[in-house]
This record gives sequence, structure tokens and C-alpha cells, in this order.
Amino acid sequence: MTLLPKAILLVAALALTACNNPNRYKDGAGANGGAGGNGGYVDTNGLGDPSNPKSIAYFNQSIGDRVLFPVDQSTLTPEARGILSGQASWLATNADYAIIIEGHADEQGTREYNLALGARRAASVQDFLISQGVSPSRMRTISYGKERPIEVCSDEACYSKNRRAVTVLSMGAGA
Amino acid sequence: MSFISFPCKPRRKPADLEGQSRPTYSPQKSPLKNEDKMRPFTSLTAALLIGLSSLTMLGLTTAAHAEINIDITSPVIEPMPFAVPDFIDEGGAGDYARDISRVVAADLAGTGLFIETPKDAYISNITSFDAPVSYPDWQAINTQALITGAVQAGGDRIVVKFRLFDVASGQPLGEGLQFAGTPGSWRRMAHKVADAVYARITGEGPYFDSRVVYVAESGPKNQRQKRLGVMDYDGANVKYLTDSSSIVLAPRFSPTGDRILFTSYASGFPAIYVMNVGNLKTRNLGEVPGTMTFAPRFSPDGNTVVFSLEKGGNSDIYSMDINSGAMTQLTNSPSIETSPSFSPDGSKIVFESDRSGTQQIYIMGAGGGEGVRISGGKGRYSTPVWSPRGDMIAFTKQNEGRFHIGAMLTDGTEERLLTASFLDEGPTWAPNGRVIMFTREGAGAGGQAGLMSVDVSGRNLKAVPTDGPASDPNWSPMLP
Repeated sequence: MTLLPKAILLVAALALTACNNPNRYKDGAGANGGAGGNGGYVDTNGLGDPSNPKSIAYFNQSIGDRVLFPVDQSTLTPEARGILSGQASWLATNADYAIIIEGHADEQGTREYNLALGARRAASVQDFLISQGVSPSRMRTISYGKERPIEVCSDEACYSKNRRAVTVLSMGAGA
Repeated sequence: MSFISFPCKPRRKPADLEGQSRPTYSPQKSPLKNEDKMRPFTSLTAALLIGLSSLTMLGLTTAAHAEINIDITSPVIEPMPFAVPDFIDEGGAGDYARDISRVVAADLAGTGLFIETPKDAYISNITSFDAPVSYPDWQAINTQALITGAVQAGGDRIVVKFRLFDVASGQPLGEGLQFAGTPGSWRRMAHKVADAVYARITGEGPYFDSRVVYVAESGPKNQRQKRLGVMDYDGANVKYLTDSSSIVLAPRFSPTGDRILFTSYASGFPAIYVMNVGNLKTRNLGEVPGTMTFAPRFSPDGNTVVFSLEKGGNSDIYSMDINSGAMTQLTNSPSIETSPSFSPDGSKIVFESDRSGTQQIYIMGAGGGEGVRISGGKGRYSTPVWSPRGDMIAFTKQNEGRFHIGAMLTDGTEERLLTASFLDEGPTWAPNGRVIMFTREGAGAGGQAGLMSVDVSGRNLKAVPTDGPASDPNWSPMLP
């Protein structure tokens, strides 16, 4: 019965990949997308071992890769600042990672406004990380507006998780 | 919510409608002259449009006495009964004769202004296009407008001709018209027949011979696949313009329908692209690294694009000369300025801004500036779109947890809400400025986006048929 634990591990690994794959917004069949662009920033599977404190998986899970925002706001909450301070410290000692900051909005808004709102949120995070010493040259922002919710119910329980900025890492800052 | 009648152009008498470039009608004029006057139609792909000389003799001198008409601005409308017997096959028409008459009937009935008299009520039938109409037979079944037609097909050509009769007064309404085109354009010829009937009876401009570009959606809400589609205004003839490899948003036609602006994540980051509709060639409009461009629209002359550019988290409105790529910043504010839309004369731009704390609608000159706020009611106002008639601004409104599509005069007065739902957004005007199409999306994981249309009066709210979930419709101008 050695197969079963392996199967469980595999499923767990797949689930982890699915949750954290920074390329999850790249539509289409190819994991790295056909259009390029993100290629330099995105590492589909190299999240690493979450018990390795230098891995992306560790950053995502233990440092916290995202901060949440109140409705129609882009100002960082005290809790968000705490998470981002932790991100900045970690990024200072893990200087090889490139950073894309994704801004997202919930569905309670029009499409174009939400794109602009997501950009505001991403910029808030970027500005804070810069203020904490993270080099601007490592970072880019992108807004997905309301195009990529992580929760799909239509009430506040989901909306609150969708109003987010996610710090997505990949290897290759110095590359 | 109020439903006040808007000021509008005085409704012309039906006699004045046939061909807006034609001030008067004179039966003595040669068919060639008529053809000249019909130039707006002549570029239909491989098509000709000719005034039928034999039919023009029946023309407007009699139609001036016609009595049927619909004032679509009146508060209550009793749909006008009409009959469209299957068009006569005058040789080789086959299924086209019936199919074309069915599209004509669907166009008219779809407006909510007309109701089709069922075929099984007919007392007499039309067996020849040129035979006299037996008016009493149509009066007896209470139909008011009778449309007869005939179709010939041969080789790579179909010819459709029709006449419209005012049953009550027992006379033709306007002259007969003939359209010719390739078999592939048979639906367009049907739409042109229906457009002529609609225009003669309502006094409004036509809109059936038009297309809609939109975003076709598939997949779950958290992994939505999006691609551009284009279809006839009634959902037929769908063609996909992109694959789903990148998120695409909010396509917008050029004033002649030859190009489409849209926002795509093709480079990995959102930016504006322009596509040639004829050959699908697409180019990036000039992506500046570190910025996001979105919400593009053409100017009425097709040479300028207005759009939002985001830099460092702040979105402002810019314009770009589409040929040279030269950009001009039109707004300069720490707030979000987006969704710009030109007035039809190109002199002004309506846009949304949250500078007051919430999204509201402003109008500025085409050269930029502060802008004057026009929205004044409760809630958030967004996605303003100037009517092609110039008289109104359509918008999305959010208030008390609901979304509405609405319209107001350009000074912000006479606001009326046309719809209400969990999520309505992104209005687009029909070419005649009388119908609005928009996106309606349902709540929750199973909530799908779809296209809806509604008259600017608030009447005739209905779903637009699409292959699957769809969003971000943009109505083309009348096809050339």
C-alpha cells in the first residue's frame, strides 16, 4: 500500500500548484501561454517546498502573498501593512525573485473602473514595498479588475477575498 | 424611475422617409438617378441597389396620404399588426424566398412595435408580386401593414424586391425597392427590407442591417475564457475574431465598422489593440512598459482614439492620433478617469471620474480639461456613451446594491432608468439611437453573462441570442 500515500501527496501537490500557480490567469491550453510577455516573470511549477524558507511556496503560505482591501478602497489597512512588511523583509533576503503585483476587484463595479481600481491597489502595494526597500526594478504591476476572482459567490464572504493584491514571485530577477 | 418622453427630432411624415439624401421624389426621374440617390447601399458586398422603375411609379405621391405610422416616443404603444406572406419565388429562389420573408418578420416583430398577423389567418395569398393587392382581404383580418416581396436567384446573385402597403387606406406606402447581392448576404438584404419598412412607418432611422462585436465567454467565473466575436444585430452569422489565449475586453467599432479597438492581455499586460475587420490583422496601439491602457473608443472621424492610461496606479484619459501614434493627455487628476466617449460631432467627450469620491459622469471638450459634471442622482454613474443622435447619454448606474442601465439628456436632466438587475453594465447604442444593448450577468458561480437589449423608452427588454455566454457588446454603424 505504498501507492496510496504517494497518490495523496501527488494530489496535494497538484492542489497546491493549482492554488498558487502564478500563471493561472494566462488563458489557453499552454501553461506558459502562447503570447509570451509573462514568460520572464512566471514560473509555472517551481514553487518549491513550502518547508524551505527560501521557496515561493513558503513565501505564499508563511509570509502571505496577498493583502485585502475594503470596498472601493486602495488604501492599505494596518493588517495589510503588516503582511507587506513581512514580504519586504523576505524579499530583501531573497533577492533573486522577480515580482508581479496583481490588483483585483470584486464584481460590484463596472469593468473599466475595476481595471483602474485594481491598478490602484497594485500600486499601493508596490509603493509600500518600495518604501520598505524593495527595488522598483524587480517589480511590475498588473490589474485584472474583476476578471479573475478567486471566489465566485456573490456575497461579501467572497467579495472580501476578491478585493486583493497578490504578490506573485518568479525566479529570474537578475537574469 | 421615470419614463418621460425625450425631445427628439420631429417625426417626419412617412412620405419624406425614403432615402434621406432625397429631398423630394419625382417619378419622372430616370432609374439611373434613383440609383445615384441610393448610393449608401451600393457598397453592399458585390451588391447593387436599384430603384425599380416600374415600382417607382407607385411612389410617394400616393404614400403621402398613407395613414399608418408609429410614434415610438409615445408612452403607450399598441403593436401594429403586419403581414409578410412568403416572398414570391421568381426563379431559382428556393428557400431564400421564405427565409428572407421570415427574417423581415423577425426584425419587425423583434422591435415590439409590430406584431405579425399569423399566416393561418390569411384570407387571400400573394401569388404574384405584380398582381393587385386585395385590400379587403387584409383589412378583414385587421392587419395594417402588408409587405410583399419576390426573390430571384441565379449564379452568384440574389435579387430581392418588396413593396409596403398601408392596408387601411388601401394604398402603397413608399415605392417598391430592389436589392441585389450574393447568396451569402441574403440576411442583409432581408434586414434592408425590414429597415425600409421600419423607417417608413416609425419615421426613425434604420438599424437592422448592423453588426455587434462582443466578448464570447466560456468556462467558470474564476477562469473565464474570453474571445472576440462579431455577429448580426440579431445574433446570427457569428464569427470569432480571436482565440481564447488571452483575456480580451470591451471591443469597439470604428465609425465605419472597418476596425475594432479592444483591450487584450496578449502581451501579458492589458493594452489596447486595433484590428482590421477585413483581414483580422491586429496591432498593439503602442504599449508603454509599466503602464496599462484600456477603455478605448474612436473619434467620429476614425482618426483619433480616446482611452485611459494608467501609470503608477492613476488612470487618466488620453487621446492618440491613430496614424502617427502621437498622444495627448486630456485629464490630469489623481482620481480615476475612464470610459471616454465622443459626441457625434467630435467636439466633446463624456467620461466617468471618481474625483468626487464616487464614479460620476462629466463632459469636457475634445481637447481635454476639467469637465462639467452632469450626473446628479443617488449612486454611482459609469460607462457613459453618447447617443449617435447626439441627444442622450446612456450609462450604467449602481445604487443600493442594484445595477441599472439608464439614459439622460446631455445636460444630465431627464434621467431615466431602463433596467434593474444584479449586474447590468456597458450600454451601446443602435445606429438609430433608439435601442440600447448591454451586458447582464447573473449572481454566483452559475451566473452567466448575456446580452440584452431595451428600447430607450424602457420598453421591449429582451435577451439577444448568442452561442454562449457573452458580454461587452458594441453596436456597429449601419453597414456600408
